Amino acid sequence: MAVIIVGMADLKAAKSPDVLKTLGLGSCIGIALYDPVTKVAGLAHIMLPDSKAITNNQNDAKFADTGVIKLIAEMERMGARKINMRAKIAGGAQMFAFNATNDSLRVGDRNAEASKKILQKVGIKLVAEETGANFGRTVELYAEDGNFLIKAIGQPTRTL
Amino acid sequence: MPVKGKSAESLFSDMHLDILKEIGSMGTAHAATALSRMVNKKVTMPVPNVTWLDFQNVANFVGGPENIIVGIMVSLSGNIQGIMMYLMELDSAHHIAELVIGTPPPEDKLYFGEMERSVIEEVGNIMLSSYLTSIAGLTNSQIKPSIPYMCVDMANAILSVPASEFGRMADKMLFIESQISLENIKFSGCFVLVPNLHSFFRILRGLGAE
Repeated sequence: MAVIIVGMADLKAAKSPDVLKTLGLGSCIGIALYDPVTKVAGLAHIMLPDSKAITNNQNDAKFADTGVIKLIAEMERMGARKINMRAKIAGGAQMFAFNATNDSLRVGDRNAEASKKILQKVGIKLVAEETGANFGRTVELYAEDGNFLIKAIGQPTRTL
Repeated sequence: MPVKGKSAESLFSDMHLDILKEIGSMGTAHAATALSRMVNKKVTMPVPNVTWLDFQNVANFVGGPENIIVGIMVSLSGNIQGIMMYLMELDSAHHIAELVIGTPPPEDKLYFGEMERSVIEEVGNIMLSSYLTSIAGLTNSQIKPSIPYMCVDMANAILSVPASEFGRMADKMLFIESQISLENIKFSGCFVLVPNLHSFFRILRGLGAE
């Protein structure tokens, strides 16, 4: 079993029994997709909601909208089928207690909204989520069974 | 100014980066003087780094993505917009609070009491303000910092805030990072100044170098 690290603004796919892991999600979202039939998993660590609002963009993994599309393609290359896929998401925290009127600093909420929107658009069911609040999260996605572990400082680990 | 289709990195020459390093150096010197006065200790500071970092490696200079650190942050508006942070190791943050209020740090390093918190926020705020006042003067700009906000968490989670802000304009993050150390005690902290791309050019223009 290998543990494959997914960096910030990065995405990767893996087959059972490997584990995908991303460290310290803050306002970013970890989007986990899983095909239980072929046991192929995919994890994206997206930073921003919408690629269309940006002009200079060469990294699809940076955004919720393009990240999900690319992640599905990566998983399909490993034999997964979109029709089997289900999604879990975590992250989207507001790390600093800014007043919520400053839009660019509310990026956590907007990332969560955009992630749900694109999943709905491509027809992948969101089966579990833990988003918001004000703390960082490290997540692990097990390609063996699709379990999605969330770890935060000073809190018990939970499994979605 | 950012041009469509051109990478953000190609817009900066080595000379630009050297100038930004110099600016960081002067800002840090002002902040170091302020800190030195507050805690009555001698402060040392090496030359700052001005670096392009991949988002994936953004936490490497503060001990890695999962290292737990304390961040004090202000958002900047006015002529120069962006985010500025002061980052410290947990021990260093407790040390500073101890130096200022004289009470020993709690057993649980993750815990910051209300008093400790407000002292750390205020020390951070004074240092950030000194740094920013110096840059505003040098570049003839107006910089309005927000009130300070404090966060104790994993380095990646804290740095995701400036990273996502900068990610709107580039696929890497450019920032000015400078260390400060205090004599005779285990203390280290660093400034991270992340102006948006336009503001980087505003700083350079303010110095007559564009």
